[in-house]
Amino acid sequence: MRVLVCLKQILDPDVPARDFQIDPDARAARRGGANLVTNIFCENAVETALQFREAAGGDVKITALCYGESSAEDCLRKAMAMTVDEACLVERDGNTNPDAAAVGRVLAAAIRRLEQDGGAFDAVLVGRESGDWGVGQTGGVLAEELGRPALGFVESLQPGNGSVTLRRQTDVGIEVAEAEPPFLVTITNNEDNVPRIPKTRDVMMSYRKPLQKLSLADLELDSEEIRAGSSIFEVEEIFIPADEVECELAEGDTLEERVDQLATRIHEVVASIG
Amino acid sequence: MANVAVCVLGSLGYDRAAQGAAGAGRALAESVGGELHALVIGPAEDNAVAALASVADRVVVGANEALRDYQPEQALQAAEQLHAAGGGDYVAVLLSNDTYSQEIAPRLAHRLGGSSMADAAAIRMDGDHLLAQRTAYGGKAISIYRLKKQPAVVWLRARGFEPAPEQPSAGEVTPVDLALDAPRIRITGREVAEQEGVRLEDAQIIVSGGRGLGGPEPFQELKKLADSIGAEQGASRAACDAGWVPPNWQVGQTGKKVAPELYIAIAISGASQHLLGMGDSKVVAAINTDADAPIFKHCSFGIVEDYKAVVPLLTEKLQAIAR
Repeated sequence: MRVLVCLKQILDPDVPARDFQIDPDARAARRGGANLVTNIFCENAVETALQFREAAGGDVKITALCYGESSAEDCLRKAMAMTVDEACLVERDGNTNPDAAAVGRVLAAAIRRLEQDGGAFDAVLVGRESGDWGVGQTGGVLAEELGRPALGFVESLQPGNGSVTLRRQTDVGIEVAEAEPPFLVTITNNEDNVPRIPKTRDVMMSYRKPLQKLSLADLELDSEEIRAGSSIFEVEEIFIPADEVECELAEGDTLEERVDQLATRIHEVVASIG
Repeated sequence: MANVAVCVLGSLGYDRAAQGAAGAGRALAESVGGELHALVIGPAEDNAVAALASVADRVVVGANEALRDYQPEQALQAAEQLHAAGGGDYVAVLLSNDTYSQEIAPRLAHRLGGSSMADAAAIRMDGDHLLAQRTAYGGKAISIYRLKKQPAVVWLRARGFEPAPEQPSAGEVTPVDLALDAPRIRITGREVAEQEGVRLEDAQIIVSGGRGLGGPEPFQELKKLADSIGAEQGASRAACDAGWVPPNWQVGQTGKKVAPELYIAIAISGASQHLLGMGDSKVVAAINTDADAPIFKHCSFGIVEDYKAVVPLLTEKLQAIAR
């Protein structure tokens, strides 16, 4: 079987709020001193794919794919250090914040190219959303571009008899589904797909694994629309919200008095709900 | 003529989220001088259809029995066909924020040749484009997106919108029979998580605990407080990740997005990803030892004190008031 995992490189989302700044011209976050990292849900997707390969007894080849800047090679190397078999980087050319339509078209073209060369991907895994913009539309758009059925918020894949068993999270609990390949899933996190730490030996081995680089021209994609990267939506405005509310702190000489005030305020709100 | 559609799942009924989505839809329809239509995926209870008809100008129900049991591929096919059955002249198709709507929205937009957007907290038309406001960078920023193609297919932070007002006369209800293919991904089983009381997303009052509690035991103390005011219990990511409470208690960017009348944050510092989950709360109260904790910039009232000293006393006082 063949499994593809899509990765996105993002600004480290754990940058503290006090260090977070907006670049008004770029209508995006200023990088500042922040690191670039692999989006966490994408790493959960890598881990989920690796566990699927282990459960299937090894006869699964995993490919990582990224549409990004040249720095995104680090994400792909790390995925290969986690023991993904091979990787492909489609180098971004133009807009630094392409919309989901542009990303979906590029990823779909790359997937078709990789499939021509090495056979169809039975499963395509995409993180449910990114830790930067968090719009969470890429998986759905890619499923449509590829014309494949899809399921969102999946936490594990298990090999079945000709099909793959999926477990996914919903508002009210867990759903189990049977999927006939080829299909696409978006991956969410749970306690079992925390990304593994690569072993030193695997980190060294990752540099011997194949990392293919493709340009938009290689994929016969050079329409202005993809280069502009905003055919369906674009950021009109971005700002850091002002701290709006003034907190009224309980006052008083004794703890008793202060807690009394708090109880009164809480009771007022509770009583107003009725 | 430009209309607005709200697309709901029949099985979920006319819940608070659907009410909010319909409310947002009515406001948008008024702004473009059009009608509000409800597109219902799958059979719904009579009272849910009646409730939709009381707020919408037209209700189109995809009534196939097969749609009673949600399957993503079929729900998507249904939404696409309901869009056409309703007339198709929509500037926007609005959805709620349940799991199913979230996974349908981008694919429906693609099939309709429109623009998709997720988790919008405010929407308005600007000429032919819809502007959608939402959080970005894990709650550290607010972004406004311009959706360039019609229809704008948007799932909303639905409980944050006022419910749709009733109309003087009920909208016409049209059941339609849809052509559905056998799905290639089939949901075969559901394990509904055990949950006492109402879902966190629908709770009116929530008492949440965080990392500062230091372990699972203090949540028992918080339960007494919650019980005294009829609240549900939630938690921060730190408390869930530590295994102190179940993962479905988590309020935050990767957990539940809640919208209670009152949210009490106890020993929660207020990381931006947590604020993102509780941001739609009407009133927030905080109990924390650190006066500089970010939570105090996002609450109406609070107390700078160790929860250990405050919670038992507070519970006692609230119990006394209740009697």
